[in-house]
Amino acid sequence: MKLNVNDHQYDVHAAVGTTLAEALRDELALTGTKIACAEGHCGACTVLVDGEPVLSCITLVHSVENASVTTIEGLREHRMIDSFVRNDALQCGFCTPGQIVSAVALVETNPAPSTEEIRHAMAGNLCRCGAYPKIEEAVRTWRD
Amino acid sequence: MARLIRTEKEVEGRYEEVWLVVEEDSLDQWPAGARDIVGRPATRVDALERATGQAVYTADLALPGMLHTAVLRSPHPRARVTHLDLAPALALAGVHAAIGPDDLEQLTAEPNYQGAPIAAVCADSLAQARAALRAIDCRFDVLEPLLDPDEAVRRGELLGEARVRERGDYERGLAEADVVVEAEYRTQVVLHNSMETHQAVVEWTGDDRVDVHISTQYIWGIRDAVSDGLGLPKDNVRVICHYMGGGFGSKNGPDDYTFIAAELAKRTRRPVKCALTRREENTAAGNRNATIQRLTVGARSDGTITALGGEFVNAVGWSGWSSGTEGPMQMLYACANVKTTTYGAKLNLPPMKAFRAPGFVEGTFGLEALLDELAAKLDVDPLELRRRNYAEHAPEGGDYSAKNLLECYRRAEPHWERRHEVRARSTDTVKRGVGMASQIWYGGGGPPSYAWIRVGSDGRAQVVTAMQDIGTGTKTAMAQIAAEELGVPLEHVTVSLGDSARGPYAAISAGSSTTPSMGPAVRAAAADARRQIEEIAEQRGLAKDAPVHEVVDVLEDAQILGKGARGPNPTGMQVLTFGVQVAEVAVDVETGEVWVERIYAVHDVGRVINPLGASSQIEGGIIQGIGHTLSEERLHDPRTGRLLTTTLDAYRLPTIADVPEIVSELVDEPDPQLTNLGSKGLGEPPIIPTAAAIANAIRDATGADVRQLPITREEMLRALRESRERHAAPARV
Repeated sequence: MKLNVNDHQYDVHAAVGTTLAEALRDELALTGTKIACAEGHCGACTVLVDGEPVLSCITLVHSVENASVTTIEGLREHRMIDSFVRNDALQCGFCTPGQIVSAVALVETNPAPSTEEIRHAMAGNLCRCGAYPKIEEAVRTWRD
Repeated sequence: MARLIRTEKEVEGRYEEVWLVVEEDSLDQWPAGARDIVGRPATRVDALERATGQAVYTADLALPGMLHTAVLRSPHPRARVTHLDLAPALALAGVHAAIGPDDLEQLTAEPNYQGAPIAAVCADSLAQARAALRAIDCRFDVLEPLLDPDEAVRRGELLGEARVRERGDYERGLAEADVVVEAEYRTQVVLHNSMETHQAVVEWTGDDRVDVHISTQYIWGIRDAVSDGLGLPKDNVRVICHYMGGGFGSKNGPDDYTFIAAELAKRTRRPVKCALTRREENTAAGNRNATIQRLTVGARSDGTITALGGEFVNAVGWSGWSSGTEGPMQMLYACANVKTTTYGAKLNLPPMKAFRAPGFVEGTFGLEALLDELAAKLDVDPLELRRRNYAEHAPEGGDYSAKNLLECYRRAEPHWERRHEVRARSTDTVKRGVGMASQIWYGGGGPPSYAWIRVGSDGRAQVVTAMQDIGTGTKTAMAQIAAEELGVPLEHVTVSLGDSARGPYAAISAGSSTTPSMGPAVRAAAADARRQIEEIAEQRGLAKDAPVHEVVDVLEDAQILGKGARGPNPTGMQVLTFGVQVAEVAVDVETGEVWVERIYAVHDVGRVINPLGASSQIEGGIIQGIGHTLSEERLHDPRTGRLLTTTLDAYRLPTIADVPEIVSELVDEPDPQLTNLGSKGLGEPPIIPTAAAIANAIRDATGADVRQLPITREEMLRALRESRERHAAPARV
């Protein structure tokens, strides 16, 4: 199948039932997308599909064949990354790519989100280190 | 000069006597206060790699030819395997090997807790390994599990002896009291749930050599345990961990999965990954054990505590250790008469592991809630009660190396004073209140720990030490210390860590010990290099404080090498951390819902290296503490012992929407007795007082005594009902 990831067209040989997260990590070696629960509960695997945040660990790769997928590797130039670094909005960093993808999805449609909007949009991304206060600050001040 | 000493070593509140070769720590401490780099906020040196997904965690490793493992774990808390046939698994496509209890010591045919490993298979893909696991024919004779901690104590099913600690005359202390308060507190099982599950990739690089890539808090502990387990010379085990996704105490050892991977790798001559699924993580990767605490305090009417007593039952599980739940009662207050008895109940439940201040989180909830129940009975201000019983000297003997708890109380006072204003914002159905709790814990670290440093002719330095950064920001703190001592910009220092073959021994990242153990070694190494740089400057006719790159620019390929070791801890002194938290809560007295609205935290951990990273650690500890207090609980079926909360859907971690306003500060006073830095650790202190501060705020808001964690709506409504009944009933004389 063809898979469009970060504006590159890939030929992917994926068995039926392969998830998008598995295809990204195992076939394309794009390991910035993390798998922490593999059942859609934690948000670590969040990627954008046509700009919408999607849990790639419970999305079948064949269902996004005609879509445009953006992973953390496709967001390296996004100002949100610098905002996370500047605000110390990460500790162990394992959930961070997913956090950033969710944050980008939010600010691309709502560049100046309120605290409530940030909390609503980011509540599906778990962080066990508890970097939440600084994640909130990073999303709030991403354009500074 | 190297010196051989016999000393006590403390990890997570447990002491052992060890022989150590220590080198004298001859450097004077820097004066208190922020320096050019140390003491000033620094963003993480590895933040960009982590944020962009470039950092390679163990979970991201894909070595050529690597096989994937699935582990058959007991679904029963206690059972005997009556039949096990691996052949159907081996017949499936992609499967390379399968092992059972006859093949590996870590696998068992007599599981005594749910999650105990029975068999394992490895295959080309994880999906194939899982399919093979389902094909294994395994039958059980299911036995009655022992699940009740009190019953285990009655039957004498204990891990180790009961621990009795007594000083003074407890009975006499009680007799001298004007008021006695007795209460039973219970805390639940909580799970670490690091975002990266426990996992290892093992590759045999020769007949008697292995590489172990592992998500770990202790590279050197893994090296020693794997070399013991496999019967290999220590340095034939190379342990690698460049990035890891959280541990919180659960990743100090190799566990079963590392040995499973090693055995399968040996049989297949391939690298083998064994990674726990999230559900395995929530079953068999350790937990903070439940406790029952039956506590008594006696005090004179002026608030002077005359007796403290407690019976503590740690529901340890099938194995593990009985943590120091009695520690806060023994250590926090200046009480002459204290008696505690601690039991470690051996149960058919998954083994505990250290979890961020094991024992002290639980024990502080009990003790500090008890203190407020006493304050209410005496009608004494809770802050005043704590000051009145302040310990000038360690109650169990010895002096403190430093103690700034009174300063913490002083700084907390304005936040404590907010309670009048907070209470005034209560409504008929939503009651508001403020509570506080104190914190005591270890955190002094200790030897041995070593660092090397090399400075090239470009004036840039590399710190080399085989430590690990588990997300606490240690790598950044070490770079700051080296840059400060060398007199070079922070950007000119890199830190190479994460590989036992590429650097000297470094401390465990646990027990709030990493910075106080590693920091002085890094500073000593930098000072060794700095001394050589100054010698070169003198020979070149340059000023002693000339910029480093100007001094060394003639070196070409020559390098300046420095080495440093962690010196000893002060003898006969207790090196401890202290703190205070003040919580503001709102309680809906109709539904039992509790919101934490604000937490103020002040902690005394000696010199602060990185105020930015430190504030993040405090926030993280408090947020875990809020989860522990209000939502998190690993449940099991009380009849069968089967676990009910193995997913992140069922096990309720805090989310960003649960976070209150957090205001934190640090006393930032170097401990004058402790090393060339005066720094202690901060990983654990912030989680310790949170639960008690919240419980005490709930009492302030509602008059109800919550005595059980988590404070679910059910527990809150029970406490409210009990409070109403108590006030309605005629006073007993």
